[in-house]
Parts: sequence; C-alpha cells; structure tokens
Amino acid sequence: MRRAPDTATRIKISSDGKSVVTSDTEFVINPYEEYALEQGVQLKEKHGGEVTVLTIGPEKSTSIILKALALGADRAIHLKSENFPDDPSAVARAIAAELKTVEFDVLLFGKKGVDDDNQQVGPMVAELLGIPCVTQIVKLDITTGKAVAHREVEGGVIVVETSLPSAFTAEKDLTVPRYASLRELVAARKKPILVKDPQQFPGVLETVSVQYPPPRPPGRVLGKGIEAVPILVKILHEEAKVI
Amino acid sequence: MQGPILVFAESSGTEFRKSAFEAVTEGRRLADLSKTEVHALCIGHRVKDRASSLGKFGADKVYVADDESLNLFQPDFYRQIALDLTKKIHPSIILLPATSTGKDLAPRLAIHLNTVVAADCTELEIRDQELIATRPAYAGKVLLKVKMKGSPNVATLRPNVFTAKERAPPISPSVESLSFQKPTTRMTVREFVTHGAKKQDLTEAGVIVSGGRGMGGPENYKILEELASVMGGVVGASRASVDAGWRPHSDQVGQTGRTVSPTLYIACGISGAIQHRVGMINSKVIVAINKDPEAPIFGFADYGIIGDVFEVVPALTQEMRKYYGKN
Repeated sequence: MRRAPDTATRIKISSDGKSVVTSDTEFVINPYEEYALEQGVQLKEKHGGEVTVLTIGPEKSTSIILKALALGADRAIHLKSENFPDDPSAVARAIAAELKTVEFDVLLFGKKGVDDDNQQVGPMVAELLGIPCVTQIVKLDITTGKAVAHREVEGGVIVVETSLPSAFTAEKDLTVPRYASLRELVAARKKPILVKDPQQFPGVLETVSVQYPPPRPPGRVLGKGIEAVPILVKILHEEAKVI
Repeated sequence: MQGPILVFAESSGTEFRKSAFEAVTEGRRLADLSKTEVHALCIGHRVKDRASSLGKFGADKVYVADDESLNLFQPDFYRQIALDLTKKIHPSIILLPATSTGKDLAPRLAIHLNTVVAADCTELEIRDQELIATRPAYAGKVLLKVKMKGSPNVATLRPNVFTAKERAPPISPSVESLSFQKPTTRMTVREFVTHGAKKQDLTEAGVIVSGGRGMGGPENYKILEELASVMGGVVGASRASVDAGWRPHSDQVGQTGRTVSPTLYIACGISGAIQHRVGMINSKVIVAINKDPEAPIFGFADYGIIGDVFEVVPALTQEMRKYYGKN
C-alpha cells in the first residue's frame, strides 16, 4: 500500500527543480491500492483468513494504515523510513525481503502509484519471490489453491489462471471500495501494527530535473451552437490540418 | 554506450502494433546518435513472415520467437525469451512500448537485470553517452527527466507520442529464429475476450470523441458513436460518466483511466476537471463542445463551440459525413 497525494492536489516543484514539494499535500491511500484492499477484504469475507496491509513510508503513514485497518485489514506491517529511495526496484526488493518471512496465499497491489506512475513494484516483487503475477486485473475468483483473474488489456480482457500463492495488481474496475464507519475507525486503533526498518537497497533511478509541462497555446471559441460547426470543420482541415 | 539497442516489437494477433513501429523508429534514431545497431525482438505465433518488415523502420537485425503458446502474452514465457536474448547480445538500451504487455514485461526484465524502468516516456535523448528519459508523473502534472545507473537502461515508450517513420531505402535485416523451451510456469493464459467489435484502443486511436456528465445518460452516447464512426475514431469517457455506470472503465480518459494522445480529441459535455485534463492534455488538437461558457475545458481546448451537445454533435456528424464524402 502506497501513501499518495490526493488526485485533486496541485503539484508544486521544489526550488532546485529536482523534486516535488509535498509538505502541504493531502495524502491518502493510493487509489489503486484501495481497490486491491477491498478485494482482499472481500476474499476474507468469502473464504476466511486474514488481511495484512504492508507499507513502506514515513511516520506519517500511520494515518493511511489506520484507514486500511478500518476498511477491514486485520493487521499491518509498517516498514518505517523517512526517506526511502523513490525507486521502484529498491521498493520491490525491500517488500520482497519482508515477504520472505511472511506466509500468504494472495498478494495484492495497486497497478500503479498515482504519484510517480511507475507501475513496476507488483511484478518486480513477484519475480523476486518467484511467484506468478497477473497485472491490471478487473476480476479475481479464488477456488481451492487456484485463482482465475481477468486482466484488462487493449480492446478486451485476458483470462489467466494461476496456482497460489500468486500476486495481482488491481485496475480500477476490480472493486468498489467501501466506506469505514466511525465505529470501525475507532476499532482500528486496537489492531496490531508491526513497525520495523525496511532493508535498504541502493536506488538505480536518478531524477535529473522536474518541470511543469509546457502550457498549451491559448485556444479560441469559434461560436455558439450549430452555426459554428462548418467553421470548425474548415479550421480542422485548413488550419489544424488534422482531418 | 556499448551494445545494440534492443526493441521489443509487440504484435497483436496477426500484425505488429503501431507502437512497435514507433519504438523501432526511435531505437534507430538513438542508435544513429550512439553509433550502434538496432536489434528487434518479435514474439508470437506465425510472426516470422512479417519480421523483416521491421527493416522499413530501421531494424538491422530481427530475432523471432515463434510458438503457438506465444500467441497471447504469457509473462513467464516472454520474460524468459527476452532475458535469454539480453544475456546473448548485451544491449545498452532496451525499448518496449508502454502498452499493457510492455508495462508488464519491462519491470520483470528490469529487476532481473538489476535495474529499473524509465516508464511511459514521451521523449528520449542521449547526453554525454547517457540515456536521459522524459516521463510524465503525477498523471502529467509534472515532467521528470530521469537517468539510470549501470547497463542496460530499460524504457517504455508511450504509444502515439513517438512517430513511426519509414526509411528510404529500407534496411534488409537479418532474421534469426530463437529456440524456445517453455520454462516452468504456474500461469495459464486461457483466452482473450474482446470488449466488442474489433475496435481501436484509446491509447492508439487517432481520433477520440469523448463524453462527460453533460451527456445525461448512457443512451445518449449513440450520437458520439456516430461521430466517431464517421471519423474513424473511438469513443472515450470522463470519470464522472464511468462512475455513473454509463460507460465501462476501459473507456475512461484521465488520471485513474487511460492517458491518450490522439491527433484530435473532441470533448463533448466534459467540464475539464484536472482529473480528466491530465489524461488528454497531450492530444495534438483539442475541441470542446459544452453549453457552459465558463467550463474549464475552454481554458485549454484549441477550438471551442458553446452549445448543446445534442444539437452540435449531430450537426458535426453530418458536416463530417459531407467532408469525408468529398475527400
């Protein structure tokens, strides 16, 4: 589970132009992990078992951990690090190192973080652990020792069967996350959180610079209603040259 | 930089994806800058006949892994083939399209090669013998320039951003078949279930006609389907209309949907919230049709029409029909 800025947040670049300022950003559970967590909780409700959430992040990650516990996770592992390298391979190695000590049947990730958009950690962890991974899933059915997942691809879905344990990364359509009640939020505080240091791995990825995208040149309103339609077609052909 | 540039030339069924040609063309450009060769890898079933056509886009050599079990993307199989080839030819750079296949395959390869992926890049350059990749982050609210330590460097290229360009004269690449021994796997790829009639994917479409909350209901998307069909495009949707259940999530353009860069994006009844904007801002030309003159979309559309989508869109369809009839 990743701590990510709310998608409505405006993003500010630091004065040295090498990073993004997050001091006054509102952080939430990365949306794709909300779909993954909901899937985990639904599996527990159907088949029994336990849901553990794992996150790597600073002290402040406690707020999203409590939220996840309120949404149905039973326990949490917090690999606490104030400045873990922002590198998917380092994150994947730290998660894989931790998971080698944990038993599980189903490992769920969001398909990507909505901040860095790297979309790599899930399959990397699975490769390091030597387990199957189906990415971008919109449907998951578990029967004894077996999973059938629907993977969203261009123009359709691919149906993949795996044996457990297996990893999956959640696409938006996988589930509709529930809301936590006040009672659940209170109860979350009593659930166990294991806090430990992540294993450190050197990052490979280096950010050279961060820039705002160039603004689009100002556009123009061609008119009102259907009278503007012939003008639009003419302009798309003659000026914009796109038809 | 030493070693060839390896490009994964992805197929879709019986043909190459357009993004495969884009990646080979970009590989060629980088290879010329760093005085090396472009090697392409094609994996699939009955792909051998078309392998040499990659020479048109600049491939010096094409490796082919052909087997019935490779028809659909099977991560364990594809990863093994690409990894074995990498160990054999020691590429300096590996390029893959940022498609569902490329985005799945690239990190698997990268972690075994002790590296990481520069994901979904929109521009690549070679500076002091190093690859510098430009990639949007925060759904495009910022652009990062990144580089990676060690070799090889792995990058995925956003579809529709790099231009596929045929060379004159084309290269006649040497084609080499790779032997494929199925590695052990615990994944079985059962089948591909299409969303409907053979339709272009949003990320590869040249024209997208998109509808938002202003469409009022699922039945009204018919007028957008008609316009898209006349223009040879596809229909997209805003998050509001997907969350309302009017359209499938696979149609969603925006931060929690697809990021698209078509030649022409026609936004109908879409206000233009930041969530949507970041998914389509890199379209070449944006047209907005909205009855609210204050809608944020008019702030970044190239051309706008203030009006009711239920009047303007059918009129536009008719006008386009006339236009395409003539041309």
